[in-house]
Amino acid sequence: MKRFVLIILITIAFLSCDDTGNEIIPSTNIVFNFTHSWDGTEVTNADFNTIKFTNEKGDNLSITKLRYLISRITFIGAAGEELKLSGYNLVDVTNNSGLTYDLQNAVPSGSYKNVKFTFGFNNSDNYNNNYQDLNSASWNVPEMLGGGYHYMQLEGKFENNTNAEQGYAYHAIRAVDNSGSSPVFQDTFFEVNLGAVDLTNNSTITIEMNIAEWFKNPYTWDLSQLNSALMPNFDAQVLMFENGQNVFSLKSID
Amino acid sequence: MKKKVLNIIVIVSFICASCTDESVESYAPTPSALDTPKLFDDNIIAPVIPNDNAQTLEGIALGKKLFFDPMLSGNNTQACADCHAPQNAFSDAARFSDGIDGSLGKRNSMPLFNLAWNYDEKFFWDGNTFSLEHQAFVPVTDPLEMKSSWSDVTQKLQNHQEYPSLFEQAFGTSEIDSTLVTKAIAQFERTLISANSKFDKFLLGETELTPEETNGFNVFMDEARGDCFHCHGSDKNPLWTDNAFHNNGLDETFTDLGLGAVTGDPADNGKFRTPSLRNLAFTAPYMHDGRFSTLEDVINHYSEGLKSSPTIDPLMKKVAQGGVGLTEKDKADLKAFLLTLTDYDFINNPDFNQN
Repeated sequence: MKRFVLIILITIAFLSCDDTGNEIIPSTNIVFNFTHSWDGTEVTNADFNTIKFTNEKGDNLSITKLRYLISRITFIGAAGEELKLSGYNLVDVTNNSGLTYDLQNAVPSGSYKNVKFTFGFNNSDNYNNNYQDLNSASWNVPEMLGGGYHYMQLEGKFENNTNAEQGYAYHAIRAVDNSGSSPVFQDTFFEVNLGAVDLTNNSTITIEMNIAEWFKNPYTWDLSQLNSALMPNFDAQVLMFENGQNVFSLKSID
Repeated sequence: MKKKVLNIIVIVSFICASCTDESVESYAPTPSALDTPKLFDDNIIAPVIPNDNAQTLEGIALGKKLFFDPMLSGNNTQACADCHAPQNAFSDAARFSDGIDGSLGKRNSMPLFNLAWNYDEKFFWDGNTFSLEHQAFVPVTDPLEMKSSWSDVTQKLQNHQEYPSLFEQAFGTSEIDSTLVTKAIAQFERTLISANSKFDKFLLGETELTPEETNGFNVFMDEARGDCFHCHGSDKNPLWTDNAFHNNGLDETFTDLGLGAVTGDPADNGKFRTPSLRNLAFTAPYMHDGRFSTLEDVINHYSEGLKSSPTIDPLMKKVAQGGVGLTEKDKADLKAFLLTLTDYDFINNPDFNQN
């Protein structure tokens, strides 16, 4: 009996030193993995800073920076029920950060008929929050363009008509025409639908951005015409939105 | 029965003891949290303070004394503050700083403020040193600067009548070494916070900008005019720097490779860390090599003086035309805006000046 009491008390002693005593939640450990290609050829930051890509129009170009924002990952179940995740992720290919995004055990394993996310921020997320991490990353859009945040910064050099290297800054934001007395906006964030997925407890959802698509379809991007100061260029932002529709795809689920 | 009760008392005591921290008596200096500005708290992520070098009153006071003490130099003639003078926002008015024997450095002394918000912790113009503590190691032994040795410095401090007790108070030991010296200096440097300029007050709703300053800010934020904000922060990033590395079109060929010499990657040649635009009224000359004496020179550079090179940043637009081609009014207004980032309280703060 004495020994029994002793064991109980010692057990209590250890338990009493434990943390808050929260229930252990079964882990689903779902991770998004962001990869990049140029028409099927893998692209990493090791490929940056060298003119080695050719866009649809035929311009040779390099990439020196690629950062973009995704948000509102949503899993849609068989009956149409939606599991919406509220976070966002800044993918910074240049600095190899944000290439994996851990969903923090928020998604139960199982079959989903669709997974989608938002490229950039929707208007609510874009204007109603002050994100300290994004401000620290100098990701803001000037107030004169409506404020909020960039969706993407793709920068590099291209060989122009005189074969000289010229910079480009393909920055995607919400389209705004502020030439009149009051600004006119057009939404240019968009949803990316990845299709059906079966998730096990340790699934990695690998997404691929085909960077070449930003220059290809439906608009054959002409860097000699559209290379810089594109943020205040309403038409350029709409073209980016249109070309972005087929940029992302589901590469694999492992 | 008595024995049983005694056993239970012993066990219960064990339980209680197992739940409390160890109560070993030891000296602890007085914690002193950074006085972070509201604009910083509201808009950007928290400052970087290493776990092994918490801010303390005693550490900061010691760091300040060391910062202004010429004992850290080889011949006892030069303190950190000689090349990082408070009245120059902790920079040097000279293009290149004199070392103790008159040797000149090859870069302009960087100003010191808001250093705890350099999130990547890459210091110097070329980012060659990680962490503020490690940064403080370098000038002491640099032959172009203080030209001393750490064994000499620590010996002098150890033999000093005050320093051993000050280290005892700051770190709980009177045994002085270079690690503790640089920890103390870094603690002091982290307190050098500048956030009380006219533009800060404007953002806090405490003052108004003139029409010229307002237009200058718009030039700064307009991608089709100045486009300064992509590298130099904004009203949402009050550091006024991205602390990243860029080639801003100063030269066609490089005598100083900058980041490229650190990484060995030719793609980094000619890149230097973006300086903050705060306190420009005090930090002339400008650029990593102090080549520009005035703000007009700087603005003219971006407007029509850009030089192309293989690593020039794509954000340096219209390089073939020399730059963005600002009007004279926009240039003047841009300068007026930049000067609203001047923080007079910072350079006059007695906590930051030698008493």
